[in-house]
Amino acid sequence: MTTNLQFDFDVNKATKTVTIVREFDAELSLVWDAFTKAEIIDQWIAPAPYVAKTKYANFEVGGKRFYAMIGPDGQEKWAIQKYTSITPKTNFKMYNAFADKDENPEPTGSEWDHNFSEHNGITKVTITIFNESFERMERILEGFKLGFTASLKNLEDLLATLSKR
Amino acid sequence: MRRDIFQAIADPTRRAIIALIAMQAMTPNAIAENFNTTRQAVSKHLRILTECDLVKQQQQGREIYYSLEIEKMKEIDKWLDQFRKLWEARFNQLDKVLSTMKKQKK
Repeated sequence: MTTNLQFDFDVNKATKTVTIVREFDAELSLVWDAFTKAEIIDQWIAPAPYVAKTKYANFEVGGKRFYAMIGPDGQEKWAIQKYTSITPKTNFKMYNAFADKDENPEPTGSEWDHNFSEHNGITKVTITIFNESFERMERILEGFKLGFTASLKNLEDLLATLSKR
Repeated sequence: MRRDIFQAIADPTRRAIIALIAMQAMTPNAIAENFNTTRQAVSKHLRILTECDLVKQQQQGREIYYSLEIEKMKEIDKWLDQFRKLWEARFNQLDKVLSTMKKQKK
């Protein structure tokens, strides 16, 4: 496996945008499938020891993936992804929101933009996550039991203040 | 008394104070001039920030100057770094999945 694969993770504090760039040692069509076919997504999207389980998925514009991240204790955290735009093997966009097990979404979510390109057999994926509040980001971490208890709604304000100076 | 760093930034005035003294060390009076509030209120915020180890005091003559503890601010960056690790873990798993897919294709 090639070791010099790019990985960038950047948080733009002013625009509340997270940008993730990663290269994969595989051709574009495989990487595209890995990001768009639920049975493959489930194999990697949950960091171990968590597992992902897709209840149903429909990869088309207006279609949804309804899935859960399941912890080692069996606790399920459900979310809905709604596909808003698809340009095959180039780009897809989706809206992600946490939900309950009965598929009722929470009012706020985040917008995800995925771009794919291939060069010399290496596929580059750029993921941009818009308007995801830091409070919401914190809950993602809580979901994976990584940490903090403090409410960080205020962090985004601070970071916005600092970035203006 | 020790406080949580996130308590320090939970208040808009304290966030503004942080932004002010991030640029230069300032006396409580100079800080108070920037706010439509009492010197007492500013002192209270400075005390909380000090208890969070987010600001440090330096005596210069008769005056006490407050400045920002940059190292402490990095704790916030560390918090963000956890997201980086989350994605790293995901992508390492995806590398393995892709490797398996490539073999199956052959």
